[in-house]
Amino acid sequence: MSVTVDAVMLETRAGSLAKRSIKTTTKVAGIRLAIQCMDLTTLEGKDSEGRVRSLCAKALHPAPHLPDVPSVAAVCIYPNLVPVAKEALRGTSVKVASVATAFPSGLSSMEVRLADTLSAIAAGADEIDMVIDRGAFLAGHYREVYDEIVAVKSACGPVHLKVILETGELGSYDAVRRASDLALEAGADFIKTSTGKVGTNATFPVAVTMCEAIRDYARRTGRRVGLKVAGGVRTTKQAMTYLVIMKETLGESWLTPDLFRIGASSLLDDLLMQYEKELTGHYASRDYFPMD
Amino acid sequence: MAIFEYAPAPETTKAAIREQYGLFIDGKWTAPRTGQYFDTVNPATEEPLARIAYAGEEDVERAVRAARKAYDKYWRKMRPADRAKYIYRIARAITERSRELAVLETMDGGKPIKESRDFDVPLSAAHFFYYAGWADKLEWAMRAGEEPKPIGVAGQIVPWNFPLLMAAWKLAPALACGNTIVLKPAETTPLTALALAQIAAEVDLPPGVLNVVTGDGGTGAALVGHEDVDKIAFTGSTEVGKAIQRSTAGTGKRLTLELGGKAAHIVFADAPMNQAIEGVVNGIYFNQGHVCCAGSRLLVEESAHEEIVVRLTDRIQTLRLGNPLDKNTDVGAINSKMQLDKIKELVGSGVDEGATLVQQSCVLPERGYFFPASFFTNVQQSHRIAREEIFGPVLSILTFRTPEEAVEKANNTPYGLSAGIWTDKGSKNMYIAQYLRAGVVWCNTFNQFDPSSPFGGYRESGFGREGGVHGLREYLAH
Repeated sequence: MSVTVDAVMLETRAGSLAKRSIKTTTKVAGIRLAIQCMDLTTLEGKDSEGRVRSLCAKALHPAPHLPDVPSVAAVCIYPNLVPVAKEALRGTSVKVASVATAFPSGLSSMEVRLADTLSAIAAGADEIDMVIDRGAFLAGHYREVYDEIVAVKSACGPVHLKVILETGELGSYDAVRRASDLALEAGADFIKTSTGKVGTNATFPVAVTMCEAIRDYARRTGRRVGLKVAGGVRTTKQAMTYLVIMKETLGESWLTPDLFRIGASSLLDDLLMQYEKELTGHYASRDYFPMD
Repeated sequence: MAIFEYAPAPETTKAAIREQYGLFIDGKWTAPRTGQYFDTVNPATEEPLARIAYAGEEDVERAVRAARKAYDKYWRKMRPADRAKYIYRIARAITERSRELAVLETMDGGKPIKESRDFDVPLSAAHFFYYAGWADKLEWAMRAGEEPKPIGVAGQIVPWNFPLLMAAWKLAPALACGNTIVLKPAETTPLTALALAQIAAEVDLPPGVLNVVTGDGGTGAALVGHEDVDKIAFTGSTEVGKAIQRSTAGTGKRLTLELGGKAAHIVFADAPMNQAIEGVVNGIYFNQGHVCCAGSRLLVEESAHEEIVVRLTDRIQTLRLGNPLDKNTDVGAINSKMQLDKIKELVGSGVDEGATLVQQSCVLPERGYFFPASFFTNVQQSHRIAREEIFGPVLSILTFRTPEEAVEKANNTPYGLSAGIWTDKGSKNMYIAQYLRAGVVWCNTFNQFDPSSPFGGYRESGFGREGGVHGLREYLAH
């Protein structure tokens, strides 16, 4: 039985965290952190090998003309493009994350979802972003969801598993909390908000709820699980607020790529623009940053 | 080494503070007949901010006379819709100057800028807007057959914890009903009341409708004792409230008192626990606990006691204590040296009586009056810290086993201003709420205020209501 969530107070709390004033040195540190914790993502039907190579180059060197900009944590792509990314990122620190389990809906047979996972791993994926079966969850078949995560986790072996709850489809914060608890108990290495494919993606209150679940679980078991926010994170201000939420709910020790990720595509450009502004005092045009 | 430590983020809006303030009487700034001035101090730096006129009996007399004249000459005769226009103007002026007023409030009183910016100032404006709308609709506040008539001259004495807001709560309904006012702000926090006087002058409020006399308890006593004052509205300590009631007894003066509290904040084991902790934190550490309706007695279901203590212990470590003008500060400065001493004395008594003290570990600023966010476990109902109002960031945690025991313990206090309940079960919330003897009961939330909602106490927390239609009736003859 999960602890319940009060929506009004949760949204008040998230709103007050979003009002933290992040300036000067903190902003620079936060931007670097957000880049280091980024899963630079492309998940479109039109993705091609060329597009993925270009993404990988940017993941490694986001802005060659700026000093000290770190590489992102990983690229996040569809399974059949994993070999291309592996090749492009060979010998670097940037990981290759692949979505799997019939992303984004998850509505295939368990065999197909497992096979999807195994083929991504065979192609060299370092991390797997799976989706849960929201239909089963909303129908109250919690055991089924739990077993599904356990099965995928076991298929992953040492490969890092992120479990996407698709919170925008769960309908309430209570459900977000319950799904978080299920994934934590089932052995997820990360819990992740969204696929980026539905109307509502990551939100501040949802992130607070998931952080609380992670914190309560860590307090009880000692195991530290990560959070990945994804979908709709486009601005530096949003990214800073997610860092604030992590820091003030889970503590600074969670602010590492091992325990925090932001899944995003266009966010990186805004971070770089703000970074340059902090260093030079003025904004540069978008044309000064390489598109991916 | 912290990797994401918040850099200082001070509010940069400048507030104009004069070196010296006179009294605001009959629409003009005048020197006090006493010839005396006192300093108002920034409690976060211990630096004096301005010299403030000390109003004695003769000054109070001048102010009351000005108020009486304005009452007879302008205000009681003015068309209600025109009265409303002035009140709307004040509301708009507060909104326009919100940043400046927030900075002033924070510098003079020590509260975090995020609170003065997001709570005190907007809510003050909201009260003026709300009551401006009532000015020409007063018959709807009356019972059948009653005519709305103002009372006359109101003496209003406000405390130092929410100086602007408490002034707004009192001024707005009094003005809307057609009364004129002598306002006496607290000794340690006069600046926003004086800014309000300036606003009154700038919006052309007729002279004498609002007068502001600064001073100490002696000034307040002169106002309370003045025979031409028709109504006294006081917010402050129960001790002073009792003295006021004694002195007004038999004089025919109308009286409302909003006094102390020792609110029960009840948390059941089935509460939405993460949010309940946020509610508890808001209930006691908001405005450093300088809140008459603070949830200062936490009653927790015994089966959840350990969990709540662990959660709260962790949570208070993340509170940011320091410069009240920093936008990221959660806990600001204690309002005065005197209040800090009182908090220390009561906390000492808690330790002596055998309760266990838990505090946030942080370095207090070298200058200024600060006290860390604190709570006590192992508190017994008989301990002073469970009975007396501490008026600081100090929570006492007690336990209960059944809903009945929760109600009994919650009501076992001479006060009755507010209470809070946390449970995920709606029926239990409603059931418990009806047995709590408190003027306001918050269910799964705390410190929610709205101009349309009445606020006030039971028993030693006072009588009379502020806010809503109930607040109007306190300023109408009936």
